[in-house]
Amino acid sequence: MSVLTTNYLTPTGREEAWRFTPLKRLRGLHDGTAIQSDRESLVTKTALPSGVTFTRENLEPLSASDDVIIERVRGASSAVAHLAIAANSEFSEPIFLGRSVGGLDTAEFSRVRISLGTHAVATVIVENTTDTVLAEDLEIYLAPGSNLKFVTLQEFESKSVYTARHHAIVDKDATFKSITVTVGGDVVRILPTVAFKAPGASADLLGVYFATAGQFFEHRNHVDHAVPHAKSNVNYKGALAGQDAHTVWIGDVLIRAAAEGTDTYELNRNLLLSDGARADSVPNLEIETGEIIGAGHASTTGRFDDEQLFYLMSRGIAMADARRLVVRGFFNEIVSEIGNEEVQHRIMDRIDNELEKAGRNV
Amino acid sequence: MSTLEIRNLQVSVNTDDGMVEILKGVDLTIKSGETHAIMGPNGSGKSTLAYSIAGHPKYTITGGTVTLDGVDVLEMSVDERAKAGLFLAMQYPVEVPGVSVSNFLRTAATALRGEAPKLRTWVGEVKTAMEALSMDPAFATRNVNEGFSGGEKKRHEIMQLELLRPKMAILDETDSGLDVDALRIVSEGVNRAKEANNLGVILITHYTRILRYIKPDFVHVFANGRIVEQGGPELAEKLEANGYADYVSK
Repeated sequence: MSVLTTNYLTPTGREEAWRFTPLKRLRGLHDGTAIQSDRESLVTKTALPSGVTFTRENLEPLSASDDVIIERVRGASSAVAHLAIAANSEFSEPIFLGRSVGGLDTAEFSRVRISLGTHAVATVIVENTTDTVLAEDLEIYLAPGSNLKFVTLQEFESKSVYTARHHAIVDKDATFKSITVTVGGDVVRILPTVAFKAPGASADLLGVYFATAGQFFEHRNHVDHAVPHAKSNVNYKGALAGQDAHTVWIGDVLIRAAAEGTDTYELNRNLLLSDGARADSVPNLEIETGEIIGAGHASTTGRFDDEQLFYLMSRGIAMADARRLVVRGFFNEIVSEIGNEEVQHRIMDRIDNELEKAGRNV
Repeated sequence: MSTLEIRNLQVSVNTDDGMVEILKGVDLTIKSGETHAIMGPNGSGKSTLAYSIAGHPKYTITGGTVTLDGVDVLEMSVDERAKAGLFLAMQYPVEVPGVSVSNFLRTAATALRGEAPKLRTWVGEVKTAMEALSMDPAFATRNVNEGFSGGEKKRHEIMQLELLRPKMAILDETDSGLDVDALRIVSEGVNRAKEANNLGVILITHYTRILRYIKPDFVHVFANGRIVEQGGPELAEKLEANGYADYVSK
């Protein structure tokens, strides 16, 4: 691939995929006006154990993408930062990657690959901090029988623009779990997507997001059940507080005619903590075969549950503390899945801070 | 020695049909160490009394007063009422997803005692309270009321009663949904709390069953939003025999 073409489409905002995104705030990522930097900001943050390599290689994409920004990223660079985890290796400690070098004047177009050999078991945590403009094409391949927990932490500074596709290809009997945490940035738009390659594969796509005044966070899940007997579960939870806080969750699940024995469920819950915030939530299930185990979706958007607050306050807990407990509890279900105490504490503290900031205006 | 004084309490609730008056002038005085059973048919307003005293936002006080040792309770926020020494054991305790029982209890104890209880003694306190109510230690790691059986919810309420040491407790149908063994265990917890803290108790119930385990000093019959008859424990015997028909038809 990597054929350079200048005939990229520029989204206008009328396309289904772009109808929620504030294009004007993308700093030119979508229309080609962004100036490409030579930053290669993704680095390993801990020493790599044996069986794991991190290299820069020229690699062809594993999957097609109709996302116009991803097309631009692929056109801009054939070099890929590649984290490879050897077959049959197993790691109890997470492998940390991160980006802490940024810049707002130029944009980084980054391609990333994470590949697991057969029966490899690993956790990869990507920590995204700093102020940056970043478009990322991240592909993951899970070989048969492998198991990956993939955690991305969007802890960007307030001016960052980040658009990304995190696409996992899950092979026979492999298990993929992603936990996508978005708590920082000006505009964050992530496409956590999955394609099953063979039966027995499973994917859990989990996510939390907390948007405060003016922030725009969009998560577009897509799960492609193209093979029989694969299982998927999507669960994204978000909170919003402050004027013009805006979140978007799209949950597309496609069960193709061949995908008999599919089992899928998707859930999105949003907690509106103030007026002036907007949560869009669109589950979308397309089913081409009736021979499935289960397919369902649910979406709720609500305010604080008065009964929960009353119960906690009736035990002497002040309103602000009761709210904090409820919000922590709301997110805890997913944050606790990260499985790393230090990271979990940091994220929960960040959520506390966001809530406290917002609380002054609630 | 504390006194909870309810004078001519009138309470309405907002419904689709507008404001509906539920409590039509309730008078009741409870002193430390006393147990008052409030008995009455369903829909008579017993639970409204309980939730109004605790400060549930659903209820609007349209008249009367509630004071604890002379201090106006109705002016207080919900958490201030708890800090003043009031406790409501709820009939339907609320699930709080993602918040563990141990975290919840410690947060509540910290709020009520004004400082975080020392971790070492606190762990022992909780363990003792749980063992006394025959609760599995794993209970502390579960989320508040989430997936609890009816009996577990009630034990959890009474465990809080013992740990949080209020001056006055309102038990709203704590006996409902309990089998005989659970009823005995829960009642023993209430009696321990009475003994330990000279607790005053308002025991709201439909049935006389729980009164075999928690002996009331006074029995009040509640019907149509007010107290219609008062007496000693013997009144409960009469209700056991005759039911509420006499009062409902009045």
